[in-house]
Amino acid sequence: MKVQIDKERCKECGLCVANCPKQVISYEEYVNHASYHPVKIDDENCIGCGFCYITCPDGVYHVLGGDK
Amino acid sequence: MAVERKVPAIIDKPMNFCPGCGHGIIIRLIGECLTELGQDQNVIYAIGVGCSSNLGGGLEADRLHCCHGRAAAVATGMKRVNKENIVLTYQGDGDAYCIGIAESLNAAYRNENITVITINNTNFGMTGGQMSVTTMEGQKTSTSKLGRNCDVTGFPMKFPEMVASQFNVAYAARGSVDKPQNIIKLKAYIKNAIEAQMNGEGYSIVEVLSPCPINWGMTPSQSMEHIRDVVMPYFPIGVLKERGEKA
Repeated sequence: MKVQIDKERCKECGLCVANCPKQVISYEEYVNHASYHPVKIDDENCIGCGFCYITCPDGVYHVLGGDK
Repeated sequence: MAVERKVPAIIDKPMNFCPGCGHGIIIRLIGECLTELGQDQNVIYAIGVGCSSNLGGGLEADRLHCCHGRAAAVATGMKRVNKENIVLTYQGDGDAYCIGIAESLNAAYRNENITVITINNTNFGMTGGQMSVTTMEGQKTSTSKLGRNCDVTGFPMKFPEMVASQFNVAYAARGSVDKPQNIIKLKAYIKNAIEAQMNGEGYSIVEVLSPCPINWGMTPSQSMEHIRDVVMPYFPIGVLKERGEKA
């Protein structure tokens, strides 16, 4: 895993989805406590660039860093 | 190899902004700059009234929720008494430029050693999207139903240009949160502004072009395009006054 997601904070604004260079971010089927569909990441194709972290207004992402 | 990126501890709490609002990005950038400069335990925020007030709920730092528009005046007092602290104001365009234009201008005129961060979303966001002094020509708001008529209401105000050209301020810049490249540039502007205060150079201001998807009637992605296509041509981003240019 390269990026940790705090699903309860996501407000489904879609800024990370629009800015992800690898297009690996999509939405979960379920809704969180605030009734938004939180984001999920396809870990296989994620490159850990951090664009999701940079564009997220709600602190959903934690890019883990390191080799993996 | 990926670089670790984590929301700084001083603002690591959920905040009540609308989905896609730019405030969250700007608040995080300020937190990152303060942490990197080692000032995150040494900061006092003067928070304005409006959407900017939501900052208070997410912050783990000293702050005062100022009267409407008066954050620059309150910050003046804070800084004069606590010279070793970093004092930041965090205001919206309606707060700093409409209601508090006297306080904002006078703080710049006196070249107070404070850092002013203003969020320009071209309307009064919290109260329902009324027209402000930065509303674009032709923009429809709840108090300009047919679009802003600049022949009657004047043209959108460029406050950082005003203080950069007229007053002896230390640093003035305008950034935007419309895309990752501009967010990274904006972080450099905010860092410079805080460093200017740390070195005692005087008044520093960073205006940020931010989206208001709810009141603009757009999706978050559309509102970022709106900033690029409509707002940025009138409010150009970049450094308006470099540090060291001060007379």
